[in-house]
Amino acid sequence: MTEAAAGRVVLDARGVAKRFGAVAALKDASLTVKAGEIVALMGANGAGKSTFVKILTGALRPDSGHIHIDGQESRFTSPAQARRAGIMPVYQEPSLIPDLDVGDNLRLVDAPIEPFRHWVDALGITNLRLDDTISQLPLATLRILDLALTLAKEPKVLMLDEMTAALPTDLVERVLTVIRGQADAGRTVIYISHRFAEIARVCDRASVLRDGVTVGDFVIEPGIEEKIVELMLGGVPTRAEVTGAHIRAVSSAETPRLRVSQLAAGSRLADVSFELRKGEVLGVVALEGQGQDELFDVLAGFRRAQGGTIEVDGKAASFGHPADAIAKGLTLVPGDRKDALLMLRSVRENIALPLLARPSKWGAIPMREEAARVTGAVERLQIDMRAQAEVRRLSGGNQQKVTIGRWVAAGVETLLLFDPTRGIDVRTKHQIYPLLRELAAQGASILFYTSELGEIPLACDRAIVIFGGRIVDVIDAEAATEQNLMRAAYGLTEKERAASSSAEARP
Amino acid sequence: MTRVLARYGWSLGLLAILAILLVATRLIQPNFGASGLDSLARAALPFAFATVGMGIVVIAGGIDLSIASIMAVAGVVAALLMHQMGDANAGWVVLIVLTRVPDIVVTLAMLFVWEGVALLILNAPGGAAAPWLRELVVGAVTIPGLPPELTSWLPRALVVLIAFVVIFWLPLRRSKLGLSIYAIGSDQHAAFRSGVPIGLTRVAAYGFAGLFAALGGLSITLSTGIGEPIAGPYLMASVAAVVLGGVALTGGKGGLLGPIIAVFILRTLRLDLTLLSVDPNVTTIIEGTIMVAVVMAGGLLAMRGRR
Amino acid sequence: MAATVETISPLSRVGRIVRENPVIPLVLLLFALIALLNVLQPGIFNERWVGNTIRFAMPLAMLAACQTLTMLTGGIDLSAGVAATVSAFVVATLTPLVGGPMAIMLALGAAVLIGLVNGFGVGICRVHPLIMTLGTGLIATGCLQVYQRYVINTGSEIPWFFEFLGTGRTLGMPNGLYLFVPFAILIIWGLRRTGFGRLLYAIGANENATRLSGVRSWQVLMALYTLSGLIAGITGLLYVGIIRAPSLSLANSLMLPSVAAAVIGGTSIFGGRGTYSGTIVGALILTVLGTLLTLLQIPEGARRLLFGAIILAVTALYVRITDQS
Repeated sequence: MTEAAAGRVVLDARGVAKRFGAVAALKDASLTVKAGEIVALMGANGAGKSTFVKILTGALRPDSGHIHIDGQESRFTSPAQARRAGIMPVYQEPSLIPDLDVGDNLRLVDAPIEPFRHWVDALGITNLRLDDTISQLPLATLRILDLALTLAKEPKVLMLDEMTAALPTDLVERVLTVIRGQADAGRTVIYISHRFAEIARVCDRASVLRDGVTVGDFVIEPGIEEKIVELMLGGVPTRAEVTGAHIRAVSSAETPRLRVSQLAAGSRLADVSFELRKGEVLGVVALEGQGQDELFDVLAGFRRAQGGTIEVDGKAASFGHPADAIAKGLTLVPGDRKDALLMLRSVRENIALPLLARPSKWGAIPMREEAARVTGAVERLQIDMRAQAEVRRLSGGNQQKVTIGRWVAAGVETLLLFDPTRGIDVRTKHQIYPLLRELAAQGASILFYTSELGEIPLACDRAIVIFGGRIVDVIDAEAATEQNLMRAAYGLTEKERAASSSAEARP
Repeated sequence: MTRVLARYGWSLGLLAILAILLVATRLIQPNFGASGLDSLARAALPFAFATVGMGIVVIAGGIDLSIASIMAVAGVVAALLMHQMGDANAGWVVLIVLTRVPDIVVTLAMLFVWEGVALLILNAPGGAAAPWLRELVVGAVTIPGLPPELTSWLPRALVVLIAFVVIFWLPLRRSKLGLSIYAIGSDQHAAFRSGVPIGLTRVAAYGFAGLFAALGGLSITLSTGIGEPIAGPYLMASVAAVVLGGVALTGGKGGLLGPIIAVFILRTLRLDLTLLSVDPNVTTIIEGTIMVAVVMAGGLLAMRGRR
Repeated sequence: MAATVETISPLSRVGRIVRENPVIPLVLLLFALIALLNVLQPGIFNERWVGNTIRFAMPLAMLAACQTLTMLTGGIDLSAGVAATVSAFVVATLTPLVGGPMAIMLALGAAVLIGLVNGFGVGICRVHPLIMTLGTGLIATGCLQVYQRYVINTGSEIPWFFEFLGTGRTLGMPNGLYLFVPFAILIIWGLRRTGFGRLLYAIGANENATRLSGVRSWQVLMALYTLSGLIAGITGLLYVGIIRAPSLSLANSLMLPSVAAAVIGGTSIFGGRGTYSGTIVGALILTVLGTLLTLLQIPEGARRLLFGAIILAVTALYVRITDQS
């Protein structure tokens, strides 16, 4: 590590900013990395990590800021350029072409074969053949191959995005050993991870992002976790007025609206069981990619579960199409508004869409009734109707209200909200929380995933915490401080479980 | 061995079907021989070129709807040029076609535009093919020094086809450009992250499709001796052959060997129906039904693959 | 990317007007073409010419309804021309054998069958609509040729009703309007005020969102292509009443113009946007343009080229001015 301190600066990014429309994803991000160093890049969901990584690797162009590589200013316009400059990322999603074999993938990116084989061996993958087709290999192997392929190209700066997610423990060990070796050989590694245990083991420093701003840079030492968690949250959380004591006295003997048992889907959702009661808002807390996407997709009928059961009002249910889920009263507000809205059509058409879904409703529209329902929803959600002719002209907050209003107009029973407040203004957010309480008070059940931990005590009765595809904690609203939630989300409540949860990745 | 089987299993299966069909042809028509094979290969040649062109675009994740009308343009231009100026300028066609704009929606409009161009150039079948070029695709191969009996079963059209595919496709398939074509069809995001230039690769794929469509058009003119301005059923046939040949319509999967064999299967089937003296219109119906069924099955498979 | 968000360029302002009232500039274009025609051949513009233009624009507009409806979902129906021809040929050849009403039923049945197969392929097998409808068109043409063999000696007769619609006039206007006006009103109303119409727009605008709202799109697509077949069939009946000589390629020449009419009329080939009133004006424009091209003695090839270029240009223009990405 003394060697690291003496190293020259390889990558130096300053004042990097990036806006997407009205949302500032990055305001002032900085990162300095020296040769022979492993630096962890940390930040809560939505802090701007992935945007920063994309900018550093040339997949996005920054609006402002400077990036120097070896003292020279660089402006990358494509990932290919960044690669030529020696900055090579290993993304969470493998960059390998699924329909080509291993050898062809090597040739596609001009990676030399012998070093590749060397790294594959070093990383502990045996019996790999160059004519294996990528799509037939397990995800864990792919991530290792992606890393080996990148190492074979001798990167100046190796950037690893959640490298150890989906890896079994033995492979995690090998990966950590290999990247430590890289640093000791004088190369530079930027390590993006949610796992404190790993960061403490291999990283020299940690750089922390919050709300698009780099807020701290620490040398890793024992006990630093608490400090970093605090910094990621940002001092004292602004605690808005909590709307009354909202926990209803729901007897647990009553049949729950939704009971999920041992649900598993895809490579991430491993084993999730919970009950959603009538009139309850149940929060879901998870870092990115812990299986919450799969959970919501399964419940909304977008994909099939590989294991486990779903019961609605005490009766077993399985959904092959969203229409099946809707028939059982389960309706989804997806994370990306673009997935939910007819951007070119009017507010009215968007809200009324579910009312026309069934072939029996294909005839003449009862215009009065429809207008009444739509107006009801519009008023209840206080949707700004000034630009109602085309939904894409509405602000993000109003768009989100339209997607929720759709189900309010259709009559909600169980609402699945996937991060409904992401990228929308504060005022709208504070209109949405009371609305959720109100809907729950009228008997609706709401499953509410949010990437903003501060929202949990504002809107929820309870919250479940998912880590590594399993529920690691259930927290009541009173106990749901952001620190508690954050610790749980990082698997810090029960360290053993967090550590062993990486062993489950192999199906 | 099992890996080779797994990789080429589909093509081998198609080859077996083709062999069975050829045997069936022989049974239906006992004197089906060298000349029959020659006319079969000649009839299949334009279809094969169209299929190769379409195959490349489909592997890249696109579809080219203007393929048949490009063939018509190339065919009539060639016929006209050769009629007026003798042998030389057939090669021009290739250049004309390489310059066109690539885009899926654009290809629909281009379908109509090329149709119009073909009709403008020649409003009724006409023109002529240069004799030495016709020689290239008509008849059997003769190799000096070998007795003709040995080579008489090998149609020249087949040799031309194999030659072009070997010259263009095999080096391409292994090259970085070829791999990039597979990459953008297979997973565009992964390809982008690996640094593949998406736009350029698409242009190249459509360019190759244009090239092969032009060759297809040329080969129609060469084998019939005149230019035909109305586009034949090559669009449908090439899509069907591509699907039957094991190339997924979602892109990224398959090669060109399968589709070429599929072309011969479809052609032999037509030949057999003709030899069985089935009404040619009924043959068209049967052929169309097979093609539509193949495409529908391909669509269902692609949907299952996406899940 | 410029950071200026609030400045509205003149182009985008024009785009907004065109988007909200697509029919207005189209009507202006129509009058400009008529004026040009009147300059080239003074005196051509009279009641008789207007009646004739409308008479030939009607079948085109009806066939273009097939394109409009399918394009709203992001599809197309290239078998519509063949379906119209099939229905026309069947009705003309069967009327002497089984009588008018029965022949009409059978003719429409054949057209609907083509639509059903399209709907199955597009909706359930998820084949690209272009490929699917092209394929059924090929098969239907083959079937028609075989069918012709069996009815070659029966002669042909067109039910009096369609002859009345196709050739008769009332107050100088073609009788076809008796069929066309209710048809057009039904389509315009259907697109605006029925659940089915709304779903067509919705599927074209964002199929994923439609799915999320509980719509099973195969049901919609199946019904849509069947309806498209039916409309094509009715068009064939009207057209054979106008032309009065059934042939095996009767309505095929309407195919390309029908696509062009829908595109010119403001229907987006990508789906989600368009109106039938725009398409009707588009059909009128193309009919007048056709007269103009004939007057200028433009050959068939140039005509196709021009129509193709129009589709390309209009699509590109709409993409530009509506900044649809």
